[in-house]
Amino acid sequence: MSKSNFTRRGLLKTGAVSGAGLALPTIFTSAASAFTNEPTGGTVTLGFNVPQTGPYADEGLDELRAQELAVEHLNGMGDGGMLNTFSSQALEGNGILGKKVQFVTGDTQTKSDAARASAKSMIEKDGVTMINGGSSSGVAIAVQGLCQEAGIIFMAGLTHSNDTTGKDRKANGFRHFFNGYMSGAALGPVLKNAYGTDRRAYHLTADYTWGWTQQESIQASTEAIGWETVNNVLTPVGAGDFSSYITPVLNSGADVLILNHYGGDMVNSLTQAVQFGLRDAQANGKDFEIVVPLYSELMAAGAGENIKGVYGSMNWNWQLSDAGTQAFVKSFGEKYGRPPSNSAHTCYVQTLLYADAVTRAGSFNPCAVAEALEGFEFDGLGNGPTLYRAEDHQCFKDVLVMKGAENPTTEYDTLEIVEQTPVEQVMYEPNHPMFGGDEASLGECNDGA
Amino acid sequence: MKMLGLSNKDTRFLLIVIALTLLTPIILQPFPEGSSLAQFNAGYPDLMQRFAIFGIFAIGFNILFGLTGYLSFGHAAFLGVGSYSVVWMYKLLGYNVVPGILLAIVVSGLFALLIGFISLRRSGIYFSILTLAFAQMSYNLAYSVLTPLTNGETGLQVYTNDAQVLMGAGAPNSPHFFGIVMNESSKLNLGGWEFTFNNGYYFCAIVAILVFYLSLRIFRSPFGLMLRAIKTNQTRLNYTGLNARPYTLAAFVISGMYAGLAGALMASMDPLAGAERMQWTASGEVVLMTILGGAGTLMGPILGAGFIKYFENIFSKINDQVLHGWFAFLPDGLENFIIGVSHFFVGKSWHLTLGLLFMLVVIFLPGGLVEGGQRIARAFRNRKSKDDGAQARTQPAE
Amino acid sequence: MDAIILQILNGLDKGSAYALIALGLTLIFGTLGVVNFAHGALFMIGAFVAVTLQRIFGLSYEEVDPDKTDFLGNPLVVDKPYVEKWFGADFGAWLIDWSVPLAIIAAIPVMLIVGFVMERGLIKHFYKRPHADQILVTFGLAIVLQELIKYFFGANPIQTGAPDAFAGSMDFGVLLGFDPNVIIYPYWRLVYFLFAALVIGGVFAFLQFTTFGMVVRAGMADRETVGLLGINIDKRFTLMFGLAAAVAGVAGVMYTPILAPNYHMGMDFLVLSFVVVVVGGMGSLPGAVAAGFLLGILQSFASMNEIKSLIPGIDQVIIYLVAILILLTRPRGLLGRAGVMED
Repeated sequence: MSKSNFTRRGLLKTGAVSGAGLALPTIFTSAASAFTNEPTGGTVTLGFNVPQTGPYADEGLDELRAQELAVEHLNGMGDGGMLNTFSSQALEGNGILGKKVQFVTGDTQTKSDAARASAKSMIEKDGVTMINGGSSSGVAIAVQGLCQEAGIIFMAGLTHSNDTTGKDRKANGFRHFFNGYMSGAALGPVLKNAYGTDRRAYHLTADYTWGWTQQESIQASTEAIGWETVNNVLTPVGAGDFSSYITPVLNSGADVLILNHYGGDMVNSLTQAVQFGLRDAQANGKDFEIVVPLYSELMAAGAGENIKGVYGSMNWNWQLSDAGTQAFVKSFGEKYGRPPSNSAHTCYVQTLLYADAVTRAGSFNPCAVAEALEGFEFDGLGNGPTLYRAEDHQCFKDVLVMKGAENPTTEYDTLEIVEQTPVEQVMYEPNHPMFGGDEASLGECNDGA
Repeated sequence: MKMLGLSNKDTRFLLIVIALTLLTPIILQPFPEGSSLAQFNAGYPDLMQRFAIFGIFAIGFNILFGLTGYLSFGHAAFLGVGSYSVVWMYKLLGYNVVPGILLAIVVSGLFALLIGFISLRRSGIYFSILTLAFAQMSYNLAYSVLTPLTNGETGLQVYTNDAQVLMGAGAPNSPHFFGIVMNESSKLNLGGWEFTFNNGYYFCAIVAILVFYLSLRIFRSPFGLMLRAIKTNQTRLNYTGLNARPYTLAAFVISGMYAGLAGALMASMDPLAGAERMQWTASGEVVLMTILGGAGTLMGPILGAGFIKYFENIFSKINDQVLHGWFAFLPDGLENFIIGVSHFFVGKSWHLTLGLLFMLVVIFLPGGLVEGGQRIARAFRNRKSKDDGAQARTQPAE
Repeated sequence: MDAIILQILNGLDKGSAYALIALGLTLIFGTLGVVNFAHGALFMIGAFVAVTLQRIFGLSYEEVDPDKTDFLGNPLVVDKPYVEKWFGADFGAWLIDWSVPLAIIAAIPVMLIVGFVMERGLIKHFYKRPHADQILVTFGLAIVLQELIKYFFGANPIQTGAPDAFAGSMDFGVLLGFDPNVIIYPYWRLVYFLFAALVIGGVFAFLQFTTFGMVVRAGMADRETVGLLGINIDKRFTLMFGLAAAVAGVAGVMYTPILAPNYHMGMDFLVLSFVVVVVGGMGSLPGAVAAGFLLGILQSFASMNEIKSLIPGIDQVIIYLVAILILLTRPRGLLGRAGVMED
């Protein structure tokens, strides 16, 4: 009989019974409430839209774990996690604005259409005020657009394309995760120290928008440290066998291979590049090197030994030593028996940030919430001092440069932190050309009224 | 009663379909809001729209596959083309859906004419692979090289700086039909029930009824008879001096236009067109819908479409929290056991349930869901005739 | 020149994978007349036999290492494989290292059983059903199989490496008189190519030179007549199905070091394998093999930068483009027989 009454349905039951007594038809249109899905009872429902089938299902599962944990902490259960270290102390562990937090889940299938269908059902059927999660930029941009049209808040999960807060930025959408430009800006100096300024890079890039924006960013930052770009080859998504793209690399005059791939593509291209002997090769009198700009724990697990010594970047890692990280890793680890991934972290933080913004605004109205998030400066959530920039709804914080560990002791420390790149180094102007330039605009906030 | 050139039986059938379609928002909302079974309610706008849209897609597919037996594995290409056409019309003209839908039908028709003309030079599996190849090429190019036209992975959408030349000052800022905004709904609260009557759903529903009527006419027409003859024995048809190709090509183009219309309606409900709409999995989905429901029957494809979309949208949302809510009355040990077993079938494992049901239906109901419906109807009729003679006949699905 | 030789090698390698999958598929599809959408799943199960064996060899007991700590700060629990305890550290480590090749020994019986059960339990009842029903039931089965694998192994790719002895690359170019380090090729991919050639040769020899093969070939050509001769063709078809499953399975086992297996790898190969079989021509084993290698090599060439810069995106569509051209010029694919799956 544990956790009875834990569902939204259970709580609605009481309301329904009293409503049934009246039995009088009341017709109203959606415009009658002050804004979309204004919570009226004693609860508020959040939507967690993550991939549960398809290649990123495991990542989605980890996001879901973190989101459930966040709801627990918001409702005052468990040890409170990062609520205790969060610089804003508006949240008291009694839900949001005194309303108990409920959640619904959905499957994005990592397809824009399915993700939007799932998000729509959350908005139309379950009455959510915010949607959080996801594991791909295409999905994030699609769902962000939907939330903008519907008049609720979108707190992006893992999305690394510059476009999410660049040319596709939306007034109702917010991203805590870092992006391709930041990866490039953080990696540049580290690569310069490790491999020198006289290098020739060969890019293999996943042939879709995320791949292109990341490649553009990395090329810019490596050329800024004096590297030359030999070639950029676009590879089909899900190619599986990358041999025909890898074999030309060694005889191309390049001495660094940059893999702008994510997920299974990265696992395969890196594994195969290592099999083709690129790690052992010499080119231009130097050791040949491989760089994977965007890392995730699951990719590292999938690639196994092949990532040893390979540089990349991350939004956050459980091995950080600040108080927020420690509190989060402790409560996540005790509940699930494993350290959280960086996509789990970003979803947890986004949920907390949303709840906090609602509390500070004193309203669930998405426009009020957006205003509370814009320009918000906070600390204690694992990334150090962070700014939610008003102009593009992108978080600015330190970026982690990672490296595949040479001697991992467990399956969880296969990546080690090389450097915490300070936020100043990864800052850019809101109208940066890689982010849609002057044309990019958030548009008007929409509360659905 | 006879109307619109239909027989008695068909008229009654059409009326039933119309009634069911119009009452969908009520029929799909059988459980009161507060009850724990409300999870199974499907009467929210997005899913109802999908039922109608995929119903149209499957009805059209059935005109080709059900009548001629030609199994196309590339119909998703037309779906995608339809969606892209509509979103481009939004970008260029404005949010009224009419120009886009008309363009979508024309463009998908032309596209189908081209692909059909080439693919129909072969039959059987060779035809299927040709259509598959065309659709996969369209998908791969739309996802990558054709990004300027399709916006690639992100999906084609409207930006604030788009031209939208026909957009008046007061025009709605989302898809509408001469001012009737698609995403607006009226809600009716009746006791514990809440019914949502959505403009977009009714727009799709009316279109679906029209194209259903059209397919009914095609099935009953000499043209439909000719198509069935092609399925039965094309060689014999050739001996009679008839060239079957123009007929099959006509069926291919018509069903391509249905797919284009379905794609257009998808973009009319939700102004975004993604490339994965053209992937082989989407083509395969409509094949599955048609076979699952009952290929060659009028009602089957619609049932199949509803079945698959229902599982995709309802079962995938049943998570641990919901399960705990349902089984909370049980002792903890039993509760955890049941929830453990349920993990195989709901939430992230909803695919498994769907796969099992595919197998069960095809093993036990060789004619698809329609056959299931007919069996129930027959059983019902038998009992009824025992009860009170032969009174009103229950309408079989076809 | 070296670039072209490298792409030919890549093409042969891709081609061997395509040919192996298509070979099994065409045994079922072109000869038993069953559209088997679960064939990709058989390939995937083969790969997971390798993963399972690696897991079994890796089964460990826990030992606390007091000097190290885990992520929560508790003393670290180190896993020690049982095989190293039972068989000594050296042999145990060798077993773990060689789990992929050893998995072939396990995969053959496993896949035969899977094939038999599938045929007897399900497919047998669908020989006389329309192709549409076969598609639906095998597609359903494929989903069920892959979801079960997902349930136990997760969705993330699982690294299943080749033995260390094959880990590096071979300087292939030196053999052909090139400078050193111009054409280097991974040992495992060469092994894969040789292995594929061996399996393909074996299947052909089996069908060509054994009585069993003769009967099956006769059964393909005219099932009823063979039945009238008093030969139980059904039993042989069951064995045939098992053989096809085994070919798909071992292809999957050997492919794991090249492509880290995940639960949906079967679906990823499904469409491609149908294209290969049909381009090869229905009912023709040599056709399927030829088409596999042809498409593999053409795909590799289309991926060359020189060609990609000429026609952007050609590597994404080459397979389908070639399929269309071949099917339009040769009505039954490369070597197809008349009357098989044409209606």
